[in-house]
Amino acid sequence: MGSIGQPLKRKEDHRFLTGRGKYTDDIVRPNQAYAYFVRSPYAHAKINGIDKAEAEKADGVVAIFTGADLEGIGGVPCGWQIHNKDGTPMAEPPHPALCTDKALFVGDEVAIVIAETKAQAKAAAQLVMVDYEPLPAVSSIKAAIAEGAPLVHADAANNRCFDWHLGEKDPVDAAFAKADHVVEMDVVNNRLVPNAMEPRSAICEYDPSSDMTTLWTTSQNPHLIRLLLGAFVLQIPEHKLRVIAPDVGGGFGSKIYLYAEETVVTWAARKLARPVKWTAERTESFQADAHGRDQIGHARLALDKDGNFLGLHIKNKANMGAYLSTFAPAVPTYLHGTLFAGVYKTPAIYVEVEAVFTNTAPVDAYRGAGRPEATYQLERLVDKAAAQLGMDKIELRRKNMIPKEAFPYQTPVALQYDTGDFIACLDLGLKSADWDGFEARREEAKKRGKLRGIGISTYLEACGIAPSALVGQLGARAGLYESATIRVHPTGSVTVFTGTHSHGQGHETAFAQIVADHFGVDFEAVDIQHGDTSQTAFGMGTYGSRSLAVGGSAIVKAADKVVAKGKKIAAHLLEASEADIEFEDGKFTVKGTDRSKTFGEVALTAYVPHNYPIEEVEPGLEETAFYDPKNFTYPGGCHICELEVDPETGMIEVCNITVADDVGRVINPMIVEGQIHGGVAQGVGQALYEGCIYDDDGQLLTGSYMNYTMPRAADLPMMTVGNHVTPCTHNPVGAKGVGEVGSIGVTPAVINAVVDALSPLGVKDIEMPATPQRVWAAIRAAQG
Amino acid sequence: MQNFEFHRPKTIAEAVAALKSSDGDGKLLAGGQSLIPVLKHELAMPSALISLADIGGLDEIRLDGDNLAIGAKCTHAQVASSDVVKNTIGALAKLAGHIGDPQVRNRGTLGGSVAHADPAADYPAAVLGLGATIKTDRRAIAADDFFTGFFETPLESDEIVTAVLFPKAEKAAYAKFASPASKYAIVGVFVAKTGGGVRVAVTGAGPKVFRVTEMETALASNFSSDAIKDIAVSADDLNSDVEAGAEYRAHLVGVMARRAVDAANG
Repeated sequence: MGSIGQPLKRKEDHRFLTGRGKYTDDIVRPNQAYAYFVRSPYAHAKINGIDKAEAEKADGVVAIFTGADLEGIGGVPCGWQIHNKDGTPMAEPPHPALCTDKALFVGDEVAIVIAETKAQAKAAAQLVMVDYEPLPAVSSIKAAIAEGAPLVHADAANNRCFDWHLGEKDPVDAAFAKADHVVEMDVVNNRLVPNAMEPRSAICEYDPSSDMTTLWTTSQNPHLIRLLLGAFVLQIPEHKLRVIAPDVGGGFGSKIYLYAEETVVTWAARKLARPVKWTAERTESFQADAHGRDQIGHARLALDKDGNFLGLHIKNKANMGAYLSTFAPAVPTYLHGTLFAGVYKTPAIYVEVEAVFTNTAPVDAYRGAGRPEATYQLERLVDKAAAQLGMDKIELRRKNMIPKEAFPYQTPVALQYDTGDFIACLDLGLKSADWDGFEARREEAKKRGKLRGIGISTYLEACGIAPSALVGQLGARAGLYESATIRVHPTGSVTVFTGTHSHGQGHETAFAQIVADHFGVDFEAVDIQHGDTSQTAFGMGTYGSRSLAVGGSAIVKAADKVVAKGKKIAAHLLEASEADIEFEDGKFTVKGTDRSKTFGEVALTAYVPHNYPIEEVEPGLEETAFYDPKNFTYPGGCHICELEVDPETGMIEVCNITVADDVGRVINPMIVEGQIHGGVAQGVGQALYEGCIYDDDGQLLTGSYMNYTMPRAADLPMMTVGNHVTPCTHNPVGAKGVGEVGSIGVTPAVINAVVDALSPLGVKDIEMPATPQRVWAAIRAAQG
Repeated sequence: MQNFEFHRPKTIAEAVAALKSSDGDGKLLAGGQSLIPVLKHELAMPSALISLADIGGLDEIRLDGDNLAIGAKCTHAQVASSDVVKNTIGALAKLAGHIGDPQVRNRGTLGGSVAHADPAADYPAAVLGLGATIKTDRRAIAADDFFTGFFETPLESDEIVTAVLFPKAEKAAYAKFASPASKYAIVGVFVAKTGGGVRVAVTGAGPKVFRVTEMETALASNFSSDAIKDIAVSADDLNSDVEAGAEYRAHLVGVMARRAVDAANG
């Protein structure tokens, strides 16, 4: 029996659970020094001067560098260019790795202090005297677009980064002109702090004898970091720059990007010819990790008298923060606007997004990246439409869903869905959640003084990013293929080098299952290596739920090449024609006979080529493949949330969460379920708990776990996770991706449930996070 | 965290001497659950830490006439699981069992919590709500005189809390509305009926733990949640932050007080 489809325990967990994981902060190099960053306490300030004389005299100080010292090196680059409606490119202000004349957000990097110990670096940092001249700041989208608002960047008028659109406006206008009903609402997608368990960290070592620079860093994509850092910032040729992302404790997007800190650490280590290490304190993670979401918008849906969707108009504004992070411009545009068809056959859709700069931390992709924002907006709107039209919210969805016969389905917003069965997922979800039995549960709760509500979201997302040529047209400055090298060892065990990176996803297990089954070898005989640019072929890393769909497909392609070569060797050994060799269950067999060679025998022959077709085949058994997907993948399904509100306090208890997803072919159901649990936790977090708040002066009010609420295990119920599989049609694994579905699908289901619970009191909407105080205030307002 | 001297005295007298010799710049370290985060954030940078770890006799729980005497070094977990506490003032055991998380409860101490006087800590509500007495190395201080302000007590800089004497309660309960983020009390109300009368003490809502005398009077004649259902607490002077504004806190004081009374009536 093969291992695919089996809930095998994760290979990596033994080392993680026994404390043997090796993280960046665990890396110790001889003679290493420690860095501490001086950060701006102001959201917006002119820097009139920096006096480092006192600090330089402090115990243990090795060096202190400021923006002026970095003259001549490039700024931190942005990897995606968006064009405005009029075809001009977005505003792309420079992002110096250390501030030069101005600091633009609280936590902006002003200087680096390097000392013998971390404590000495930190103590000396307090002696660096920065002459700040505070300037008026803009800390929200509304403040940034207000008339006469202070400018974050002098060359970005009206604080505008870009003004983008997707889809055609005229058909949408026509749809509204003939509509029987128009439903509209304002939606806020609250700003989130990513909160990976492991803070960001970097240690760089430069070896003058070989001119080799090695950077260990908490990255989801070490090759991308090498490319950006080497080619665009420090001008280090790639063969002289090695980037290693060892075990990484969670990323959720926040570790995709090239940050100022690792840039400066690398520069300083080379300058000093001495290893320099930096590890963020949690406060720094709150201040300076790229945040997520932060959009406000207005949505309008046109319907005919029967409830058929005729047209959708989205007009949103997105906060980019103070600088453009690596993929920031892609998030509110192509990862967001393209999602507004959702699971529905809305014939006309027009999306407009204006992005603005503010004096806050940069905002970029966070688990889901654009798709949660779109899904939330759409699924709240559909619920509101059902309420406004007096229709059943399930029937309204069902009526408008793309039927399974319609695939491949071209949406009005660029994407072409290859496959799916939304109605099957809906029915599975309704049945698993006992939707029809809900009213009895509501009544029972009422007797206990609780308001019980149920909410649903039927959604789809686009992931598995992505076809390189397509994303190139959309503004990506990189390809988005993936690489894999399979090295079969002489005795038949296998090492796989993948260009993806595992920071919690379980690649070492799932990828091994694919390869073990492909070769008919034992699961334990396959090892997965990732994260070191000196070992693996150029790969694009892990984000956008792409690793299995794209990286796994590269592995399958490389495995196919191994088998093809094996057939040639086996044909020689078996004195048969290559065309007659079949490979199955680990054996190369001459078709129709019992003459065969095992995978191990062929491998050994490849490395001990005594009896070998040396004229036609090279020795060795190692193959590399690159896989560039033909399309995005489209997981989706139905999430249902049931919860209870304590009307006296506004406190919400989540009672049930039911997930009925189609993530394509499942390799390891335990990992799939775990990914969904984690995603759902973060999705519930956005809905009920997490909200990053800056005050009007740009001070971060939620800068610690004292007042930034993370969802805890005790806040979540046991979940029912079901699966209705329609395999992806265009990749060899058949997988669609699962990393982000939880955080995309569940958030609107939770808020729809809150509104459902409060609707008897007349509450029609509530802003996220639906904190107890907000729920209490909504109840009070509704009761007049 | 800045460097500091570390002392590990064997007796209270030695600890007092160490505090004296630090010129008011030393801090006592018991469980460290509040102090260590404060040091890490450099909100305090004491020159010396004086550990109470080696001082014996401060972690006893015993009945002393009509009082329950709990040693200052007793951890929250110890109080939560003590049969004596459970049988005498069950509400106190329950309160201790819901402070922070298991790590905090296994390290944090009663004396530390009381001396720290965090306006959102749970224990001060019980201390004030039961009308307890704080014993130190040199005197006894009534709860009403102890919590004087925001993180403020009348303790001298070299004075050490040794125990808290809680009067037995006829009825008592604590109702807490915890911050979803920190799990500290946004509002925690301790109500108790003891030989000394009825008390209602509120933590989390204001700059220090405080009593609601109007509720106490109403409950003294009728110990039921109905008796206080129309008593509104003014939002003036209550705390306001990103999680909870003053009006919301004022509202929660009423809700939690009623729930505490209902729980006390079992």
